[in-house]
Amino acid sequence: MSAPVRFDSGTQVRESLARVGYLADDAIAGVVYLADRLDKPVLVEGPAGVGKTQLAKSVAEMAGARLIRLQCYEGLDESKALYEWNYKKQLLRIQAGRHAGEVAHGGGAVAWGDVEEDVFSEDFLLTRPLLEAIRATDPVVLLIDEVDRVEVETEALLLEVLSDYQVSIPELGTVAATQVPLVFLTSNNSRELSEALKRRCLFLHLDYPEPEREKEIVSARVPGISEHLAEQVVGIVRLIRQLDLKKVPSVSETLDWAATLMLLGAKSVDADLTRETLHVLLKYRSDIAKASKQLAVGGA
Amino acid sequence: MLEVLAGFIRELRAAGLPVSLTEDIDSTDALRHVPLEDRTGFKNALAATLVKSHAHRKTFDAVFDIWFSPPLLCGGPDVDTGHEVELGEWLEQALAAKDRDSREAAVKAAATSAVSRYAGMEEGRPVGGRYYLHRTLRHIDLDGIVQRLLAAGREQADHELTELEELLLADEHRNRAERLRAEIEGEIRRRLVADRGPEALVRTARAPLPEDVDFMHAGADDLAALRRTLQPLTRKLAARLGRRRRHNHRGSLHFGRTVRHSISYGGVPVEVKYRHPHPSKPEILVIADISGSVASFSRFTLELVHAMSSQFSKVRSFVFVDGIDEVTRFFEGAEDLSEAVRRINTEADVVWADGHSDYGRALEAFWRRWGSELSPKTTVLVLGDARNNYHAAEAWVMAEIAKVARHVYWLNPEPRSYWDTGDSIVDQYAVHCDGAFECRNLKQLAAFVDHLS
Ligand SMILES: Nc1ncnc2c1ncn2[C@@H]1O[C@H](COP(=O)(O)OP(=O)(O)O)[C@@H](O)[C@H]1O
Ligand SMILES: [Mg+2]
Repeated sequence: MSAPVRFDSGTQVRESLARVGYLADDAIAGVVYLADRLDKPVLVEGPAGVGKTQLAKSVAEMAGARLIRLQCYEGLDESKALYEWNYKKQLLRIQAGRHAGEVAHGGGAVAWGDVEEDVFSEDFLLTRPLLEAIRATDPVVLLIDEVDRVEVETEALLLEVLSDYQVSIPELGTVAATQVPLVFLTSNNSRELSEALKRRCLFLHLDYPEPEREKEIVSARVPGISEHLAEQVVGIVRLIRQLDLKKVPSVSETLDWAATLMLLGAKSVDADLTRETLHVLLKYRSDIAKASKQLAVGGA
Repeated sequence: MLEVLAGFIRELRAAGLPVSLTEDIDSTDALRHVPLEDRTGFKNALAATLVKSHAHRKTFDAVFDIWFSPPLLCGGPDVDTGHEVELGEWLEQALAAKDRDSREAAVKAAATSAVSRYAGMEEGRPVGGRYYLHRTLRHIDLDGIVQRLLAAGREQADHELTELEELLLADEHRNRAERLRAEIEGEIRRRLVADRGPEALVRTARAPLPEDVDFMHAGADDLAALRRTLQPLTRKLAARLGRRRRHNHRGSLHFGRTVRHSISYGGVPVEVKYRHPHPSKPEILVIADISGSVASFSRFTLELVHAMSSQFSKVRSFVFVDGIDEVTRFFEGAEDLSEAVRRINTEADVVWADGHSDYGRALEAFWRRWGSELSPKTTVLVLGDARNNYHAAEAWVMAEIAKVARHVYWLNPEPRSYWDTGDSIVDQYAVHCDGAFECRNLKQLAAFVDHLS
């Protein structure tokens, strides 16, 4: 049930990702390449805004595959992750059956067994992302986003699906995948995931990028930005990340800040401009105060 | 190759990494897809298959760098002591290169030469890498080089640098100098491995993993790593304490499943189905000793309380020495932990007489003032070494607390073998608790959390 090999080498993955606007380093590209070769899911862990979700999206784009996304949240269960019977439609069907029976024969002549079989057919099944990915015959990338938010029981369900890539639906039988999709799970590490799930996956820790790569990301994602401004932006962000803050800026904040500076028509950033726009990078008042002071951009 | 890999995995396990058999096999599989000469790819493939927790990565890197240390080029270290004067300039030029790739190459070459000239490495001499690093650095005056580079940077600018620009320039050069330092360290390690072999060296490089660091002896670096690992653990603790009361409750009607079930009975809802109830929010009450005898532990204790306050809605915290005070409010409003600690130190009323812990007095005061606020929904965690300085135990308070509260647990930062020696009276309290646990590191805290399930 193996899928055709999608990539030839880590380097090729890195280059293809760059073409769709995702700047990967060797570690990221290498893991994506291995995931494809070994048919293993990737667990991408790291702080918010470092490009975990985007990685899955960009991999789908570069592979010309359809992205199927399961967004996790507290309370997510089988019926939202895997499948569910469409009970409203089932009820209507049952009611309609009664009606038809009454009209035609003046008394319930429609065999119940037929109705039961009917309401447990494909037409009444609501396919959720996991099942959708398993049934797919076209190339897909499955993204299980923010998996650390689900309860332990749902995590076990995910593991089961990712172990045999098949689902058994009592009323319909077993559905097995015809190909192993590329799977990405992301986690903010707000909760320790089970050892079993981690064992099943390749592990990739994403952190704030090296300045060189962050500069490339800024250049790729903020159209028209000059080399000089991008370098300044990344340099200042790196300074800020060294401070002891409640919430250090992530790549997403770097990008927001660069975009803001572009909107303001800035050619370069100085102390004044930094002070005026620091709230784009930092969310807490105390952080802004601390950074203003340490960067000597405080009072004019 | 397979043998080398097996040895490597053995070393990882010896260092405490939980490498399973599956992962062992996965790593071999992965290597089949990476060209042998691709060193970065090789390392990444091993990391992705063998290391499943970021906290373990540093240890992995240390072992990897020794185990797979690249062989020295033929002829061994080049010793060209003829050009003493120029090395400083060479290093400076290398660090000044604008283009990153050429800079790294130049820095590498310069680092190799620096080690050859100054480290004075002798075969078979049983000293560690740190000694050689120190010797090399003493000769090359890295600070001076950085200062000269900064001066050059200022000169190149067409205006006087602003304070912000100064900071940026300094940061850049600090980072470059750090790279050079790392290169020198790497070169020394390479030669040490060549001399003594990886097995001998890897042993000296072993440092405890974050989860094994003893709270009582944790340094600032350790605490930072502890804090990162603590967050997910606390969440698990929250979930565990929350779930314990689930079965008594019933969730709301699950309409879909009710209908689904009714279909087997001709559409008659003979059995009503319920949703799983959401775990109810636990009420947790923490009572922590923050006296001198547990100073490092109490720092960790406060980290724990802080982490819990951000995750549970109903955490009440109390700290004591010989007096006791509620400090819940300091955690609620606090921007960060240091702020909370500052307020606890200045505003909380916990020292009554002499600043030596008096568990009996503190517990009794607690019972008098807050005892009536305990309920059968409350779980009580007591954190401390129960070293009572020979004061009265007043263990009856624990008995009273246990009668009311849902659960009472005692977490002790001392090794179990020290319990009930000297002025430790943990057993007198523990008999009234649901359990007393040794809690000296994160692994033990995790074991406690697991015990709750
Ligand atoms: N390596 C990268 N290349 C291009 N864009 C990136 C990269 N890393 C992050 N980004 C951008 O940063 C933002 C945050 O990324 P996202 O994937 O949502 O973060 P996460 O899922 O880790 O919280 C997105 O706009 C994304 O496009
Ligand atoms: Mg995301």
